[in-house]
This record gives sequence, C-alpha cells and structure tokens, in this order.
Amino acid sequence: MSVTSSSDASALAGATDDAPVLSVRDLRVSFRTRRGPAEVVNGVSWDVRAGETLAIVGESGSGKSVSVMSLLGLVPSPPAQITGSAVFEGRELIGMSRSELRSVRGPGIGMVFQDPMTSLNPVLTIGRQITESLEAHMGLRGAAADDRAAELLELVGIPSARSRLGSYPHELSGGMRQRVMIAIGLACDPAVLIADEATTALDVTIQAQILELIARLQSELGMAVVWISHDLGVVAGIADRVLVMYAGRIVEEAPVDPLFAAPQHPYTRGLLASLPVVGRRRVDLEVIPGLPPDPVELPPGCAFYPRCSHRLDPRCSTDVPPLREVGPDHRVATFYEVPR
Amino acid sequence: MRSYVLRRLGQALIVLVGVSIAAFSIIHLVDGDPVRLALGTRFDQETYDALRSRAGLDQPLVVQYFDWSSSAATGDLGVSFRSGRSVTSLIVERLPATISLAGGALVVALLIAVPLGVISALRPRSPADYVATVVSQAGISIPDFWMAILGILVFARTLQWLPASRYVPLSEDPVGWLEHLILPAVTVGVVSGSVLTRFVRSSVLEALGRDHTRTAHAKGLSERVVMTRHVLRNALIPIVTVTGIQLAYLLSGVVVVEVVFAWQGLGQLALQAVQSRDYPVVQGAVLLFAVFFLVINLIVDLLYASLDPRIRYR
Amino acid sequence: MTAVAADRGGWRAVLGAVATSRLALLCLVVLGGFLVVAVVGPSIAPYGANEVGVAESLSGPSLDHPFGVDQLGRDVMSRVLIGARDSLRIGVVAVGIALGVGVIVGLLAGYYRGWLDDALMRLMDVLFAFPAILLAIAVLAVRGPGATNAMIAIGIVYIPVFARVTRASTLALREELFVRAARSVGALDRRIIVRHVLPNVAAPIIVQTSISLAFAILSEAALSFLGLGTQPPAPSWGRMLSEGQGFMEDAWWIAVFPGLAIFLLVLALNVVGDALRDALDPRQRSAMDAERRPA
Repeated sequence: MSVTSSSDASALAGATDDAPVLSVRDLRVSFRTRRGPAEVVNGVSWDVRAGETLAIVGESGSGKSVSVMSLLGLVPSPPAQITGSAVFEGRELIGMSRSELRSVRGPGIGMVFQDPMTSLNPVLTIGRQITESLEAHMGLRGAAADDRAAELLELVGIPSARSRLGSYPHELSGGMRQRVMIAIGLACDPAVLIADEATTALDVTIQAQILELIARLQSELGMAVVWISHDLGVVAGIADRVLVMYAGRIVEEAPVDPLFAAPQHPYTRGLLASLPVVGRRRVDLEVIPGLPPDPVELPPGCAFYPRCSHRLDPRCSTDVPPLREVGPDHRVATFYEVPR
Repeated sequence: MRSYVLRRLGQALIVLVGVSIAAFSIIHLVDGDPVRLALGTRFDQETYDALRSRAGLDQPLVVQYFDWSSSAATGDLGVSFRSGRSVTSLIVERLPATISLAGGALVVALLIAVPLGVISALRPRSPADYVATVVSQAGISIPDFWMAILGILVFARTLQWLPASRYVPLSEDPVGWLEHLILPAVTVGVVSGSVLTRFVRSSVLEALGRDHTRTAHAKGLSERVVMTRHVLRNALIPIVTVTGIQLAYLLSGVVVVEVVFAWQGLGQLALQAVQSRDYPVVQGAVLLFAVFFLVINLIVDLLYASLDPRIRYR
Repeated sequence: MTAVAADRGGWRAVLGAVATSRLALLCLVVLGGFLVVAVVGPSIAPYGANEVGVAESLSGPSLDHPFGVDQLGRDVMSRVLIGARDSLRIGVVAVGIALGVGVIVGLLAGYYRGWLDDALMRLMDVLFAFPAILLAIAVLAVRGPGATNAMIAIGIVYIPVFARVTRASTLALREELFVRAARSVGALDRRIIVRHVLPNVAAPIIVQTSISLAFAILSEAALSFLGLGTQPPAPSWGRMLSEGQGFMEDAWWIAVFPGLAIFLLVLALNVVGDALRDALDPRQRSAMDAERRPA
C-alpha cells in the first residue's frame, strides 16, 4: 500500500454538498477516578460530510474511541461526564434522551467494532443479529427480515449468504465475521458509519479486503465514514481527511495527501517515522520514546512536551498550543514552525 | 454434539464405577466385624449368620463387589441390618420428602438469587448492591442448622405462623405439604441462594461488560431487549452450571436440616443408619446421593451445550 | 519459597489491599479476637465448661451470666469461650490435611500430566461426587465418631478442591518460560516444583485456604450438631445447639449464642478470604471492576 495514494472516494467527496452530516464541537469527556478526574477527551471539534471518510488516528489511550463512542451514549455516563456539542442531521446528540439516542443508533449512525470475535454475540445466529436491528428500526419481521439480512450479507461479500443466516459466529473465519459486523453496521442504511479499529484484529490480506469493501460500499451507498485507527498505514489508503489525536486533543488535522507529504506536528512525524514503508529498512524505523501522559495528571502545557524532541517555544511547557492554520484545511497545534 | 454427549457419558460412567467402589468399601473399611457391631448387645448367632450370608460377607471381596454392584444396578441395594427390610424400599419411601425439600429450596434460592444478583449487577456500588453483598455474605456464613433452629424459634414457636417440623406427603394434604415445607425450604434455600446471588451478580456484570453487549447497544435496541437477549442469555450459561452444583449442595444441606425439622427424608435415613451402624443402608444412601450428583452434573453439562452453541462442536 | 520472600513488596500491597476495605479490616480484628479466645479461653472463662449449678437452670442473660445459663445450670458464655479452641483446632487441622494432600496431588497431576493426571483427577472426581457433609458422615461411619476422626473426615472432604485449584495453576505455569528454562538446563523435577512452581501457585491456594477454613468450621459444627464430631465432656458449639434444641422455647439464649459464635467466625473468615481474593487474584477483580474501566 503506497503512502501517498488517495482513495477513490476522495473524488466523490468533492461532489457532495458542503453541509456536514455530523458536526462535533468542543467535545470533552472525563471519568471520575479515585485519584481525581481523568480527562480523556479535551475539547475536540470536527465535521464529516456525506461521502467523505474522516480518519481519527492516535495511540491507544489517546481518546479517539471514547470521543466517538460518547456521541452515541455508548460510554456509560456516569461515571463519564460528557460536555460539548455534536449535531447530527440537525439534532443535538449530547444530552439527548436515551430513547431518542436509540433511534439514532443504527439507522442514523452505524458502528463497526474492532474484534469481530468478541463483538458478535456467541449464542445468537448471525442472521438473528442482523434481523434484530431491522426489527427494531424498520419493522421488518420474519421472511422479509431474512431477505434483507441475506441481501446485506451478499452486499458485504459473503458467499451463499442465505444459507449463512443460521450460522453462529464461531463457525466463520475472522474476515467473514468482520464482514458480518459491517453488515450489522449497515443494516439500517446509516448516514454515518463509524469503524473503530475495524481491521486491527485481522491479518494483512484480510485487512486489505475489508478496506476495499468499505471503500466500495461507501461509493455505492454514499454514507460518511469515520475511521478510527492507531495505524496511519491503514488510514492512508481510505481517508479523505485525517485527525491526529494525542492525550484527548487534536494535534494535527489535514487532508490525507498534505498530511503524509508535509506533516507538521512532531507527534505526527513520529507516527509516520514509525511506519514501515517498502524500500526502507526495518532498523530505520523510529519509535517515539516515552509513554502518553496520565489523563488524571495532564501536563499544564502541550501534552506531548515530555516526549517532544523539539520544544522550540518557552510556552510549550506552560500553555496548551491552539490549532493554527498552516495550509488549506491543514491545522496544527504547535507554537512554531517545526523545522524539516 | 453426539460425540460430546458420548464423551461426557463415558466420563460419568468411570466416576460412577469409582463412586460405587467407594460406597461398597464403607462396610469393609470398618474396624471390626460390621455385622457384630451392628447387632451390638442384641447379638445371637443365628441372626448373625443369616445377616452375614445375606450381605454376602462370606464371599471373596471381588465377588462381593460384583454381586453388590450388579444388584445395585438392578435396584437391589441389599437388606437393612436393623429392620431386615430392603434398603431400596426404605430409600424409595423417603425420596418424596427429600425431593420436596431440595426442590422447594431450589425455588427459594433462585427467587432470591436472580433478582438480587441482577439488580446489584445493574447498579454496582449502589446501596442495593451493598445490601445484596452483605446479605449474601451472611447467608453463606450462617450455619444452616442454626438458621433452622432460629426459624423454628421465631416463626413456629413465638409467632406460630408455621408448623415447626415433619414432612406431610403432597398426595395426602397439599396445603399441609406446603405449610410444612416453607421453613425448611427457606432455610436451605437462603444458603444456596446466597452463593448463587454472588454468582449471578458476577456473571451478569461480566456479560454487561462484554463487547457484544456494546454492539447490541450500538444497534439501538431497547434496554429490555439488550438485557434479555444479549446480557441474560449469555450470563445464563455459567449460572446454569453453578445452579446445578448448588442443587448438589442442596442435597448435602438437607442432611442436617432434615434432622432439625424431623423431616423423614433421605438425609435423616442416612444419619440414623450411621448412628445405628446399619451399613447396607449407609452404602445405599451414599451411593444414591453420589448418583444424584453425577446425573445432575450430566444434565447440567448437556444443558450447557444446548445453551452455548460453541460447545456442541468441540 | 525464595520467590515469595523476594516479593515482600507484593505482600505488603496485598495486606494494604485487605486493609483498605473497612469491613475486611473489622473482620480481621474479629478473627484476631477468636484466635485470642482460642488460646486463652479456658483461663478467661469465669466458670468451668462442665461446672453445673452456677445459677438456676435456664436462667436468662444477666451481669453474672451474660449469655445465660443452660438446662444443666452451666454458664453458656464460659462454654462458648472454651469451645472456641476445639472449633478452630479442628478446622485448622482439617484444612491442613486437605491442603497438604490436595496440593501434592494437584502439583503431581498438573506437572506430570498423562496417566498420572488422569488417574488422580478421576479419583478426585469420585471424592467430589459425594455431598460434603455426607462424605464426612460416611468417613465417620467407618472410623467412628470423635474430634480426631472429624478432622480426618473434613480433611478428606476438602482435598479435591485444593487438588483442582493447584492443578489448574500448575498447568498454566508449566508452559511458562522460566519453568521450561529450568527444565531445559536439566534441573530436577522435585527442585523445579518446590523452587519454581509452588511459590507461584501460592496465591490461589492461600485464597482457597481461607475460604475452606470457613467451610471446615461450618462442617465441624454440623458434625458436632449431629453428635458425630467433638464428644462430651468437651464443649462444642455445634453440640451445644443440638443439646439445647429442646429447651430453646423457654431459653432462647441457649440457641442463639453458640450459633452466633459460629456465624461470626465463619463470616469473618469469608470476608477476609474475599478481600484476599480481590488482592491476590486479579482476574476475578478485573471481572468485578469491569464497570469502572473507561471504554
């Protein structure tokens, strides 16, 4: 997979109207812990438009999953405290009643989770796991629901789909299970599909197939995709725009090509440098030294300061650098121009 | 599924043979002549010889075991040293009383454990959870015979709400059966229910935290559907296992509680047989309890397989 | 047990974890109280265990006789205090028997696998197939009633539990790198088991010990209640209850105080056992605390 190639979907992105389907503003999520509040998401804002693929990238613990799950009420609150705004098709999600949120989950925003082995219910057939969504949101029952479920399985490329409806998850391969997960996410024709590390548990060839499947489905169905991953390599192949998160904040935000061609934030550069690329020797791969900060005791300044090899501004250790424009649609949270 | 059932049956059979050897050995491990001990002061040579030969004690050990176990397999457990009656009929007479008590106790245990366990799992660290934890910890620690005594003291003697003791057959007097059953069944049921409560709580909590429960929420299903179809359905698998084991403990618990309530059941039969050194009855009762346990375990395992599709293929 | 000694910081953490639960701490104190009574009980008891006519028979609790007087005119509190020693002793020795035999069986089965494992564990299955109290009764039927035989009987009952716990941990450990390494350099099996395996399977065994101790004391009380355990003239809590059963209508204190002693001791052991499990068995703890973890 070449780092600089853009997805087929990016051509489509330009063609869509400009109003975002999902618009997040200043989202904050914190958890009460014994040692004090753990600030996991600290003021994140982004938009995603129909037909567009937005990738959110960061290490585990960067708050990327929580920031998206919390929109749908999938982060239990309490103990989580969620503030900010998230407007989906003109409706505010934060503070929405549970029953209203339920009507958004599925038909509004579909989800695909990381590990299809554990994310599918082991004691229900895959057919039932698809039809229960259809039943809840579209009033489809019996044969009609089965027909639609078989159609969905066919759509995600499962051979002899109808006969598979009665299978249990453990009877399928990992790749097939992930296709079922995607079918569940798409069951009610969502306007936004959120994929949380959807290929992480799969081996490389299956990973490529799933990425291709998502790109194809997106161009066929025209939904917005939010792709959450720790792997910039995966993101390069499918994203239109990329958000890089660190310690619950966005540190860099750019269309996919400029991000890979000219990354600005030291953290983004670190992530890129740790990416294996054909032609570069393994020994040249760099690893960012140190660990992400403890969300209970975030440093007062830039959260990346303790691991940063530049630290070119005295404010780095005292103030949180705001996002500033460095190119068309390209923003970075540093106080200074990082030398190449 | 077929091979799983066969393998499970095979294992149970091996243990059954071991259990029968153990039960058989009881009479032979006794220090001294079991018949002489059983007869005690009522000794006379004629009875002695008759009992010895009827128990087959003059045969070689291996022959004795095969005789005993093949008779046992056909339902003949020998003859009581004391009453001269067949051990099987003594046991069959007592069976309804013990089954009533164990069944009643199981109902009580589940009535306590399922609601309490689910509520405390749904609201962890809430006051309700704390109360459930303390109550179940106390229920596990309380001696069942003490609770039986206190139960009689309070509900039978002082308040006079319930009869204090004795089993009344269901066929004779259904209302009396129930009235007499309540105190003993609650006593045994509270102890088992306490163990089960903790287990239901941790199983439900575990199922709530599973990834597929999150998937179910993400589908926009109602709380009720997520709870029943996804959480409880999965939590049920371990709960069934432990309930089966608890049923075996219930059988054990009835031994002592039967004594307190003068409940004419198997436990009391076994105990009286031990006290009067009526070894054939001891052997029969011990064997029967162990067979109960094996059968219950077998049923539980098969139930487990029908609840969890993953097992059928292993 | 060098590995354990080297891990003293870990033990302090365990103690700390037990101490953080106020309930567990309270129970630890209660447990300490019972231990003290077990040691000095006979000398602090105001009357002898079988001293009759200390007051009118069946007279209720008073300043002189806080737990009242029984049907033979004996001081109930003295009998409860003096009975603590036997209860604890029988429980501890019984669990000692179960621990000793069960751990050896579990280590052998888990370490050597193969036919030895099959044979030993089927044997444990057989023992496990008998309801606990019935197995104890059967053993007493063979050996005759009495405190010593009760210890042996209860010990036998709890062997399979220890064998299973030890075997499960040993199996997991067997494939660990440091055990394989020790084996590959030709260390003796006995040495590997004692030096490497045993210290590392200690945690679940310790947890099991404290929980089994609670149940062993309950079993002893039940056997004594049935007249098969501790024999007179030694006062035992279980026997006090069965002897007093006929008089409890007029004298509730005979039924209440010995039972309360059993209950408190067993409860304290169970709570401390739970706290130990939380501290020592992180798998259980993580299952319990799953709801606290951020997504």
